[in-house]
Amino acid sequence: MSTASANINARKEDSNKPSSRAWQRFKRRPLALVAAGVIILFIVVAIAAPWLAPFDPAQADFLSVRQAPSSKYLLGTDAVGRDMLSRVIFGARSSLIAGVISVVIALVFGVPLGLIAGYYRGFLDEAIMRFTDALLAFPFLILAVALAASLGPSLMNAMIAIGIATAPTFIRLTRGQVLSVQAEDYVQAAKALGTNDLRILVQHILPNSLAPLLVQATLTIAQAIIAESSLSFLGLGVQPPTPSWGGMLNTARNFMSQAPWMAIYPGLSIYLTVLAFNLLGDGLRDAFDPRDND
Amino acid sequence: MTTFFIRRLLTAVPTLLIITIMVFAVQRLLPGDPALILAGEERDPAVIEYIREVYRLNEPIYVQYGAWLTQVAQGNLGRSIRTRQPVRELIFEKLPVTIQLSLLSIAVAVIIAIPAGIVAAVYRRSLADFISTLVALSGLSIPNFWLGIMLILFLSVELDWLPASGYVPFTEAPLENLQRMIMPAFVLGTGLAAVLMRQMRSSMLEVLRQDYVRTAQAKGLGANLVVVKHALRNALIPVVTILGLQIGGLLSGAVLTEQVFTIPGFGKLVVDAVFNRDYAVVQGVVLFTATATIVINLLVDLAYAWLNPRIHYGGSA
Repeated sequence: MSTASANINARKEDSNKPSSRAWQRFKRRPLALVAAGVIILFIVVAIAAPWLAPFDPAQADFLSVRQAPSSKYLLGTDAVGRDMLSRVIFGARSSLIAGVISVVIALVFGVPLGLIAGYYRGFLDEAIMRFTDALLAFPFLILAVALAASLGPSLMNAMIAIGIATAPTFIRLTRGQVLSVQAEDYVQAAKALGTNDLRILVQHILPNSLAPLLVQATLTIAQAIIAESSLSFLGLGVQPPTPSWGGMLNTARNFMSQAPWMAIYPGLSIYLTVLAFNLLGDGLRDAFDPRDND
Repeated sequence: MTTFFIRRLLTAVPTLLIITIMVFAVQRLLPGDPALILAGEERDPAVIEYIREVYRLNEPIYVQYGAWLTQVAQGNLGRSIRTRQPVRELIFEKLPVTIQLSLLSIAVAVIIAIPAGIVAAVYRRSLADFISTLVALSGLSIPNFWLGIMLILFLSVELDWLPASGYVPFTEAPLENLQRMIMPAFVLGTGLAAVLMRQMRSSMLEVLRQDYVRTAQAKGLGANLVVVKHALRNALIPVVTILGLQIGGLLSGAVLTEQVFTIPGFGKLVVDAVFNRDYAVVQGVVLFTATATIVINLLVDLAYAWLNPRIHYGGSA
């Protein structure tokens, strides 16, 4: 066989891999690609905030209070004369950190519980599922508000509250995946060979649940960003003077007729970031699960 | 049907018990003496002693839980630290406001979502489908408190068309009440509209593929008649179920909407209670909303089983 045909064969095999097929399908979705681009842009902005922001986001300037957007202050200034653009740029940090860490907390809680419930069934399953039902019964934001209030208002506590409130989705999802994967021949074979439970769970079952978990995690980041900004808007999340989009909107409410720009840009940033994560999540779902591509 | 009913009811009971344990545990996890927390500003030793006795705070934790659960089961959710009003009274005083807001927002959501979902499904892959899908995704992504602020900015501050905030009971001035509620209802309804539209689109697509719809089309019935008379009725079933599951989401959304438009409802009650460190009220509201969600979901499931014979004859929960 010539090297060229060997190469072609290798490429063919490669493109038959599920992950590669998913990538091919994902690439055909322009909206999802744009969304991924927007997310990367926000991440870069959040990381490079100190270099990108034209002013110190916490520096008040009482001589330029509530100035409309101008060439000096591109997005205007706030009630104590801080540059809105710099605050919006730094605000990206709180939102992205909150989105990602909350989902990590939810995954750390949810995935092991879902694995145990689905794999061992019986009483453990019943107990975990009833606990999940109970958590799901609390309206998301009321639970997060109550937890953030008991733990004390801070970004960290908001993330813990959001993580706990979103964990049930991952418990249910992982459990469902375990139930469907468990019946597969290779899992049965591993069991027959006497492989221990932990190994089966981590090496065989978990990898087959990664795609739906990734999709759900992406969509939950969107939810978590809205939840963090909601808590900060209520005064239960990021505390001033640290800039956060939700917190900025809370202040802006008092100056709507005098300084509307204070309300427009932080909200627009939340909306764009969340929309990008939702579009990316939808794109990933369609890419991983072609059956849903009506 | 009876078996299904009993099984479903039996799964709701442990869930409710776990909810009470969680609410109780969170309260007891708070740093500080629970008697002092429940007493709030009140420093009269007699009052503190009375609280200690009622909730058996000197006894082991499981006795405390039992005492608290007995109180709760009798409908006693304690008293507000600030106003000394019973929490149950406070909740029932604010609840009608939130219920009206929620019903209006459901109406807004249904009016937007059902036609949009049908159009998107019938004219699949058309410009209308693309636009309504993108609008629905926007509805899911827009923080409703920001949407509220933007609407106030344009419709109240700029155009002076609608009042920016405040509340008048419907029984006192129905027209003014609706005028003040329409913006909040729209804000609260957008997220729900997005969820319902997506569900309507996908279940309509599913139904349109069914044989009986093809038969109706083959018989030469007009396209509109097929959609409205044959497909819509069946496509609506999952949409109604989803609507039932969104009640918790509506209550969460109400917390923010009521805050933005200064509406004295349930959501405002819990936020104000958090800031006043009125733990009895926070605890009461959390317990009440969770219980209400469980009961509503139970009713939705039972209604669904009653409407859809395949479920109850199957006998699986």
